[in-house]
Amino acid sequence: MADFNITDSVDITDVVCPVTFVKAKVALEELEDGDILSIHLNDGEPVQNVPRSIKEEGHKILKLLDNADGTYDLIVRKVGD
Amino acid sequence: MAVDYSALKAGGFMRQMQKNHFSLRLRCVGGTVTAEQLATITEVANKYGHGYIHLTSRQGIEIPFIQLKDIDAVKADLAKGGVQPGVCGPRVRTVTACQGGVCCPSGCIDALEVARTLDARYFGRRLPHKFKFGVTGCQNNCLKAEENDFGVKGGLIPEYDEDACIQCGLCEKVCRSKAIAIEDGKISIDRSKCNYCGRCVKSCPVDAWQGKTGYIVSFGGTFGNAIQKGTELLPIIEDEETLLRVADAAIDFFDQNANAGERFAKTLERVGWDKLQEKVEVAYHG
Repeated sequence: MADFNITDSVDITDVVCPVTFVKAKVALEELEDGDILSIHLNDGEPVQNVPRSIKEEGHKILKLLDNADGTYDLIVRKVGD
Repeated sequence: MAVDYSALKAGGFMRQMQKNHFSLRLRCVGGTVTAEQLATITEVANKYGHGYIHLTSRQGIEIPFIQLKDIDAVKADLAKGGVQPGVCGPRVRTVTACQGGVCCPSGCIDALEVARTLDARYFGRRLPHKFKFGVTGCQNNCLKAEENDFGVKGGLIPEYDEDACIQCGLCEKVCRSKAIAIEDGKISIDRSKCNYCGRCVKSCPVDAWQGKTGYIVSFGGTFGNAIQKGTELLPIIEDEETLLRVADAAIDFFDQNANAGERFAKTLERVGWDKLQEKVEVAYHG
């Protein structure tokens, strides 16, 4: 994670679809263009769908880090205001 | 004069249990109706029917309780608002479709456009029995491709660009058929496992996966009295021209081989699936 200057992070492992994406989206909305958000998410359905939805919103996914404990950290750079 | 019920049925007028009443089936493609058409349908249902419509199981609209004496006036009123009657009986029926490609993020093909093309080419064509086309945009199969005599399912044929890849591992995670594997930072795809769902293409953050549109076709599906799931006989089809050649071959085969009142699945059972296989393979290879 040292490669990225993380602005903020959000944990979406405590919610289920579709709130996973909503929670990540709200966290992104609070940031400025170019800021970097780390999203902590679960294996399975969240990792299959949340990154794609974020890509479709026009943000830039930089990295998906496998924590090897059934969770991931998705590093996203916010694009747009 | 005796009422020609078969002519009425061919024109979408379904005889009701109530004497001299018909439920009028309308021509709808892919469950899409414009607001202007809806207004016309509302007017006709109020004026000639009982003020309601029925949504059919195949994305169509019927206006029940149209009286025999009003049939010509109903047709004329509908025509003014751009609404055509549908069909029933032994012919090509309503072509169904999802919104894949129009507004669904999962869609791999423009299912509605494909449905319109099929409708323009075949709708109402007289055959030995009913023949149904259905088009679904992706493997999620919301439009149940395999329940149709000829089902079309959209797919993406993925191509990998190693130079663009950031090895994030997302494609391996999203691949439900476990076709993608990452070993020592190297990504590989097992083509025999890929079902063309397009999830790798759609989720890749750097577009290292690109997808070419394709059509997966199934034959002989029916979900009425004797349920049978449509069968895939060909590899994924990569262009619309080939798709239409294959559709022509399938529908001509049905026309030439089916007994009256026999669905495609039953014809294939009787005549032999291998016979259709030969025909559609020739069409597939052009």
